[in-house]
Amino acid sequence: MKLKTYRKIVNWTMLSIASLMAVYGIFWLFWILGSLLINGFKYFGPELIYLDPTPAGVEGGGLRPAFVGHFIIATLATILGVPIGLMAGIYFSEYGQNSKFFRVLRNITDIMVSTPSIIMGAVVYAILVKPIGHFNGLSGAVALALLMVPVIAVTTDEMLKLVPQQMREAAYALGAYKWQMIKSVVIRAAKVGILTGVILGVARISGETAPLLFTAFNNAYLNLNLMKPMSSITVTVFNYVMGPYHYWHEQAWAASLILTLGVLVLSIVARLVLHGKITNPLAYMFRRIRKEA
Amino acid sequence: MVETIVGLKKRMEIINLNFYYGNNHALKNINMPIYDKKITALIGPSGCGKTTLLRCLNRMHDLYPNNRYEGDILLDGTSIFDKSVDLIELRSKVGMVFQKPTPFPMSIFDNVAFGLKLKGIRGSELKDRVEKALKDAALWDEVKDRLKESAFSLSGGQQQRLCIARSIAVEPEVVLFDEPTSALDPISTAKIEELIVELKKTITIVIVTHNMQQAARISDYTAFMYLGELVEFGHTEKIFTKPDKKLTEDYITGRFG
Repeated sequence: MKLKTYRKIVNWTMLSIASLMAVYGIFWLFWILGSLLINGFKYFGPELIYLDPTPAGVEGGGLRPAFVGHFIIATLATILGVPIGLMAGIYFSEYGQNSKFFRVLRNITDIMVSTPSIIMGAVVYAILVKPIGHFNGLSGAVALALLMVPVIAVTTDEMLKLVPQQMREAAYALGAYKWQMIKSVVIRAAKVGILTGVILGVARISGETAPLLFTAFNNAYLNLNLMKPMSSITVTVFNYVMGPYHYWHEQAWAASLILTLGVLVLSIVARLVLHGKITNPLAYMFRRIRKEA
Repeated sequence: MVETIVGLKKRMEIINLNFYYGNNHALKNINMPIYDKKITALIGPSGCGKTTLLRCLNRMHDLYPNNRYEGDILLDGTSIFDKSVDLIELRSKVGMVFQKPTPFPMSIFDNVAFGLKLKGIRGSELKDRVEKALKDAALWDEVKDRLKESAFSLSGGQQQRLCIARSIAVEPEVVLFDEPTSALDPISTAKIEELIVELKKTITIVIVTHNMQQAARISDYTAFMYLGELVEFGHTEKIFTKPDKKLTEDYITGRFG
């Protein structure tokens, strides 16, 4: 009887500690999101996206160069980074298992995941900015892609390793070549996890500032040329927050809010796609719009 | 030691086979025939090498490094270790069904079509062959209206029959069963046993089982293995009623293992 009471107390204490810790973590998260919502509200709206900035000190205007530039840089980084990350992950899990060299490389990739992003910026500065002679959008995209590759490679590798070995053997037992087995069985079995890794990678680069400071830098005007300096939301927010005008601060809050919402929407859509609720996001949007009309 | 039955065609033959996992000598000098269109059961206590032997027959061990074969295995009179042997072709001749059901993450139809597509079969022939395989695996009536559904929506027993359908769809000569019913309930087990007996009309079957009653019920020949050696091979009836070796008798009567 005594033992039973003791166990009950331990059980209750552990549950309370775990719950408190969870609440503690979530509290700060909501604090950040809450202040983002409150402070970002004033300038939140489409004008922020489609208006150009006003001359410094004149209230109003928007951040069109930053939104367009950010979209271009992030998209290009995704196009460059995702395939390399996926292929690397597949290689680690399916081909490199028995090679000492690739096992070492895999561990280095683990370390690369937590490389300070500013280092990537410095590396790309040396290889793509210095030789060209000036800051440019392309180098920003490459820096972000480099940050993304290890994240995607590591998650892809981990997810593929979770696929039971027996499933691979079953494919071989039917006379499949290795690539057929990987393509139609293993990747399919791990697709939810792999896509989660891709989203994590995209989310990670969407909020990066440091690598862009050395590479894409900034541009007060709308620029679609990848070989010229290109503005981004994060760098603009950084500059505006340091600036002297009150409305700059408010615009920076609003831009941060939009960026956060963008990542949120991205992950919601990806989750819906993964769980089979939407097979084609565009067709789904179209149906919703027609239904509402 | 090995009794060879006269007048029966040997589909496969294992000759002086030794197998090593690195330095671990797992199979010791195995000699045994696998008769055409018969069921051969491999029995013995855990770790005796039954599954290892089974996996030699389609060279599944080749997938992992440091595994080594010595001796020979013949399929239709030619060595499966010959340099000219294409592993892909060997495995489509010698199919395999695993302990746990291993449906692929795709529809029921695509699971059965997988091996056929690898062979380049398309269109209406593909459909017909899938249907035939599902009928042969006694699964057609249960799934004919839901071929597009995920294979994971099936019960464990149905999944295992799906895996059997998948391996017989490519029309192998031999199918290897690695404890195919150990993860299933008694009713599903009975269905699978019935199916295996039905399959031997056209296919040669080798089955590893922990369940001695199962070996007695369905097999024509039984091989008893112990510590990597083949102790006794013969007619199932003989092995289970009057085995030559004391060791076999002790195992069958449950004195060890």
